[in-house]
Amino acid sequence: MERADRQPESLAPYYPPDSVGLVAPRSLTLGRERPLRLESGAVLSPVTVAFETYGELNAARDNAILICHALSGSAHAAGYHGTGAHEKPGWWELMIGPGKAIDTTRWFVISSNFLGSCYGTTGPTSIDPATGRPWGIRFPIFTIRDMVELQRLLLDELGIGRLLAVIGGSMGGMQALQWGISYPERVAGVIPVATAAGMSAQGIAFNEVGRRAIIGDPLWRGGDYAEGEPPAHGLSLARMIGHITYLSEEAMHRKFGRRRLAEGAGASFGREFEVEDYLRAQGDKFVRRFDANTYLYLTRAMDSFDLVADHGSLQNAFATCSASFLVVSFRSDWLFPPVQSQAIVQALKRSGHDVAYANLECDQGHDAFLLPGNRLGDLLSGFLTRLHQRGRS
Amino acid sequence: MNDQAAAARPVDWELTHGRDRALDDEIVSLVCPGERVLDLGCGRGDLLLRLRMEKGIDERGIERDGCAVAEAIARGLAVVEGELGEWVEDMPAGSYDLVVLNQVLPLMADPVAVIEGALRVGRRVAVSYPNFAHWRIRLTLALGGRLPVNPALPYQWYDTPNIRLVTVADFRRLCCERGWRVTRESFVSQRGADRAAPVRTFPNLRASLALAVLEK
Repeated sequence: MERADRQPESLAPYYPPDSVGLVAPRSLTLGRERPLRLESGAVLSPVTVAFETYGELNAARDNAILICHALSGSAHAAGYHGTGAHEKPGWWELMIGPGKAIDTTRWFVISSNFLGSCYGTTGPTSIDPATGRPWGIRFPIFTIRDMVELQRLLLDELGIGRLLAVIGGSMGGMQALQWGISYPERVAGVIPVATAAGMSAQGIAFNEVGRRAIIGDPLWRGGDYAEGEPPAHGLSLARMIGHITYLSEEAMHRKFGRRRLAEGAGASFGREFEVEDYLRAQGDKFVRRFDANTYLYLTRAMDSFDLVADHGSLQNAFATCSASFLVVSFRSDWLFPPVQSQAIVQALKRSGHDVAYANLECDQGHDAFLLPGNRLGDLLSGFLTRLHQRGRS
Repeated sequence: MNDQAAAARPVDWELTHGRDRALDDEIVSLVCPGERVLDLGCGRGDLLLRLRMEKGIDERGIERDGCAVAEAIARGLAVVEGELGEWVEDMPAGSYDLVVLNQVLPLMADPVAVIEGALRVGRRVAVSYPNFAHWRIRLTLALGGRLPVNPALPYQWYDTPNIRLVTVADFRRLCCERGWRVTRESFVSQRGADRAAPVRTFPNLRASLALAVLEK
């Protein structure tokens, strides 16, 4: 290493060597000349999309991977935004970084915040240019397909014609599936993880309870809540319900069992068990980082995703796909049970597509794709290498 | 009685590694570069990986053991976790140049249906199996009065995953009855766990493993 290139060590913040390190949040605004036409017919313009990139686009431009986040995620998938000691890494730091499963020394990774989210991309918390006030529940209804459309516009702006892969878990997996269907010529590999081609009745049911909790909170005020006075109780309840569905019975038993908190609640019906404490903490944390109206819109977008309704059958849905698929489910996932992934695999098989599928053994429930302790990383890494080799042969 | 005692013991597939690879050279020689090959019961994908490297095939494997599936995908192979019979059931006919059923017949509830399915989705089907009429097995049974535990059938009666036994004569007869055309046969006799020598005469007596290539 040249001496002159070296940063004084005292100024260089410490990051783990397998982290992409300090990353800058980026955003891009598509002007009036590039409006986003939604499935509902509504037109959004201008539209801002928040994103991050890790690694380098190679000369052949064939190493780009799009990461799609889940319900409450953001574009911040890897690395650190600051140098503080308590700075948290991106939500998929486990997978993305130099030498990791999604190896940033080989792949150019793009992670964008999807349409309608509250982490920098245009959504219900953005200012409606017509009124100068936040959209709130006047924001148009949008779908998974609209999210993909915005991601496509972003890739156009970045000059990326074809993706090596689109990877997403849960609601991100729905986007990955939609990518393979909407833009078959632009994606070589589709990797839907812990997801479904349509939300199950049980999934819709849980989402509906979450929405009712928010809407039933008097502070929701028909969606017009004041900035410093959100329907915190309702949103926190929604998150608590969500968290139960993200875990599994085994995982909850392993983490909490019947352990009690030091102080008994007795007839005051306060906190008594550790699992209660955990859920409340999750709810409280969520209220500080998420927006209630956004939660309503996003769960609605998730619920309305239905490839069978859109195409007549799953097999029809994939008829025009040309991508290779890696489908992954987790045995203990009861929110997106393996049988839903198996239906995708079966439809892909029937229409003669290139597909790999694993149903991973672990007790972590739906959240498994975000956690260490299962083989998802090995699968991603093997499949990405295969995709790249096939693209070049 | 606890649950563990009631559940079947996990099968130690390492024991059959030598047997399962003994006919790989023969199978590889059946494949032309760039062909589409489906391996039903592919395990960790050893054969598929070799075919990919040596013949540049478009590979697909089906395997019911989840750990083996994860291992195969991690090695960069398109393998699907599933039941072999179900998988070929509703697949488009003629999807593959070759379908491989390597040492899986003894595990199948309905081997005839699986072979029929394989013949429907593949142009050719390579079927290999341990020959229960091998002279050593005959001796073990006739003189020792014991069931065979050898490199071809390395399990005790109480922990074997095999639910069926077959001999070369029986398999040939089944092919005749079903009208499957046998276009090629190869036989080997195992010498210990990892070595095998070709057998050219009296296979039903001298071969411990057999391979048949079937066409409709």
